[in-house]
Amino acid sequence: MTPLFQVWVYLETTPLLGLVSTLIAWQVGLAVSRAAKDVPAANPVLVAIVALVALLVLTGTPYSAYFQGAQYVHFLLGPATVALAVPMYAALPRIRRSLRAVGPAVLAGAVTAAGSAMLIAQWLGASRTVVLSLGPKSVTTPIAMGVAEQIGGNPSLAAVLVLVTGNVAILLGPLVWRLVRITDWRARGLSAGVAGHGLATARILMVHEEAGAFGGLAIGLNGIATALLVPPLARWIVG
Amino acid sequence: MLAALTQLVCFQCLGEVISRALALPVPGPVVGLVLLLGWFVIRGEPSAPMRDTAGSLLRTLGLLFVPAGVGVMTQLDALRADWLPIAVAVLVSTALGLAVTAVVMQRLDR
Repeated sequence: MTPLFQVWVYLETTPLLGLVSTLIAWQVGLAVSRAAKDVPAANPVLVAIVALVALLVLTGTPYSAYFQGAQYVHFLLGPATVALAVPMYAALPRIRRSLRAVGPAVLAGAVTAAGSAMLIAQWLGASRTVVLSLGPKSVTTPIAMGVAEQIGGNPSLAAVLVLVTGNVAILLGPLVWRLVRITDWRARGLSAGVAGHGLATARILMVHEEAGAFGGLAIGLNGIATALLVPPLARWIVG
Repeated sequence: MLAALTQLVCFQCLGEVISRALALPVPGPVVGLVLLLGWFVIRGEPSAPMRDTAGSLLRTLGLLFVPAGVGVMTQLDALRADWLPIAVAVLVSTALGLAVTAVVMQRLDR
């Protein structure tokens, strides 16, 4: 056995490889995104995921082995969700002033996104599991996985759909806002949070801080609305 | 920075305990978010280290979604079987969700 091979065998048994590859893929994603002048299709999350999936498939590494290391990054989603309280506190006076509008807007958006996704998939003949996993796709990953499991969907599939949805929201956001003439940054931020959870919120936070705060508010409220409304909605649609 | 991170994890933990103890449909971190927001309202605005720590966590929020996203490789079969309904459902529902939320918000928020 060559020394280099021994090093590889050692690395394969530690979580280090999954962690290092995730962090490097992120840097690659950032670089590609900058080189592509920030076009949404080349956003760092999407680039990093595609690069990592290609790497794992090519090296024949199972996802569970990768996740042993990547879980340390994944874990930080929890504290980061809690940390949304900081921009929300800063925007509290403005949020308070808009509270009458925020409630109806989040409710309408949450029901529209979840209901139309399940109806369309059902109508186009998707399997029951896929339809149910689509219900909670617009909320933050932990809520989506919990709700999917509760209504008979597949939690891993729901996590994937959450991610796809976040990226689609980043892509469609500017287009949709232009189409329905949304100039208000609070409305943009709120809709990014409702339709595209933390991913779209992270994106808009880089452009406009107040919009990001409304996105954070939307993530929380939509999480609650989805957890309460999607189970009965799913029963009504799927039967 | 470490003190701020400790506070964030403590509120997450507290949120987790409350969410499970009361069997809330809302996950722990979201309960933690609400509790921390309440803490700031009662105890005054977040300290500078807390603002810095939260800021740096949130600036890299995208990175934190990567590990779960790579999980797409375990779901390739389901995605291949139903790719068309999934693609149409996600595209249309996301556009509708964005439009409805933003329009209602902009109309009511005057």
